[in-house]
Amino acid sequence: MENTEVEWVDENGERVDGRMVDELRETKMEVDVLEEADGSAMVEVGNTRVVASVFGPQDLHPAHLQESDRAVIKMRYNMAPFSVDDRMRPGPNRRAKEIGLVAKRALEPAIELEQFPTAGIDISMEVIESDGGTRATGITAASLALADAGIPMKGLVSSCAAGVVGEHVVLDVNGKEDKEGNADIPIATINGGDDITLLQMDGDLTQEQVEECVSLAKDGCADLHSQQREALLRKYRGEN
Amino acid sequence: MKLNTDAIKEMAEEGERLDGRDLNEYREINVEQNYISTTSQGSALVEIGDTKVVVGISFEVESPYSDRPNAGTIVTNAELAPMADREFESGPPQETGVELARVVDRGIRESEAIDLEALCIEEGEKVYTAFIDVHILNNDGNLLDASALGAIAALTDGYVPAYDEENDELNHDEVGMEEIPLTKVPVTATGRKIGSKVLWDTSREEEEALGSRLTVTLTEEDQVVAMQKGGREAMTEEEISQIISGAKNHTSKFRELLEE
Repeated sequence: MENTEVEWVDENGERVDGRMVDELRETKMEVDVLEEADGSAMVEVGNTRVVASVFGPQDLHPAHLQESDRAVIKMRYNMAPFSVDDRMRPGPNRRAKEIGLVAKRALEPAIELEQFPTAGIDISMEVIESDGGTRATGITAASLALADAGIPMKGLVSSCAAGVVGEHVVLDVNGKEDKEGNADIPIATINGGDDITLLQMDGDLTQEQVEECVSLAKDGCADLHSQQREALLRKYRGEN
Repeated sequence: MKLNTDAIKEMAEEGERLDGRDLNEYREINVEQNYISTTSQGSALVEIGDTKVVVGISFEVESPYSDRPNAGTIVTNAELAPMADREFESGPPQETGVELARVVDRGIRESEAIDLEALCIEEGEKVYTAFIDVHILNNDGNLLDASALGAIAALTDGYVPAYDEENDELNHDEVGMEEIPLTKVPVTATGRKIGSKVLWDTSREEEEALGSRLTVTLTEEDQVVAMQKGGREAMTEEEISQIISGAKNHTSKFRELLEE
């Protein structure tokens, strides 16, 4: 798979899109972008754009899905047909369902679910344009949507990936780096801290490379966390 | 909700609406073309009030239908994302999405707006298929007009990617035709009857009081190219005429938005 033609990091330390190895793509965040949902947010990371929404806490039906001691999260991850170069068939496929599950697991530890026994919280993410990192961007957006919905949380969840392209460990792999690079490790952390709630990987790396990726991605999450705080503050200052 | 429904009907009789608009007045309309710049071949965001719709155009190469071997094809699809509406939580209503897609499709197909023969690559073998994908992000009523406006805005924004004969695939990075071959620009508006009055651009709340509706698609020459009646109640000949006349007014304003 490795494309040896591509110079992933040039002599100036620049990547294919001009970024440094430890640099996130240009990121924009906005909360409260949808009227109907209780909470919502749009996050753009480079050309990747995800809208997330939250409904709840609310009655959960059917009743057998309820938990007596905590709220239950229902999560949907979906890619719009026009969000990829080769049109995607409408509706969540197997990949989307798995991402929905890991995204739910990434967010759960940060949410005070025990405050809402038997209730349901519906989280949904729609990818409207993708260039790598859609699950991470979705998790970052969903966390903002939860905060926007006023759901009590231990902290904001931030997510980004680090990967290896050529022999270089780089932060926030874009679509091209993801497709042709060696490996990609998305992680999520709570409050930009040490608790990691998402980790996936495929590729061919040494333990040292994995450790380097996780450490770099943690720094990326900390950076995203401060941007999330800013986005929420902008809303409450009325600057949206 | 019954209380509101009654209030909406009573107010309509007096020519009034909950949000203070005139019966024939639209909310603010925002059209942003080229909204999905990297992965689609034509796109638009349309907001009418709080209703929010994204439409993206994608092309694929497929075999033509045997009865029209030299014509490209169109596929229109509409997705009501669960985030769009609290009521969609347990899965969006299938019928609504299907009707929405079919009404948008008919306005474009029956007006022969797209020059399908220009989308033929090799007669009987390979033609372009244009996918028009409507994605509803927020529902505050009048999804029909927002979706149809989004579709035509995306089509007029779009291009056709180049066909790479050697690899028998589309090269999305290369332009085959600078513009999607359009012969006309059909635009759609929907009049909705509530009580005995016709209202335009209804909010979701107002639509709960809906009696009937008529969606009208018109060309730039004001030729009627597609219509769809919906709703549980009947409609008279006079009301149909009234709505077609109203649609002429409204669509001419939509055209100005498309030209901006």
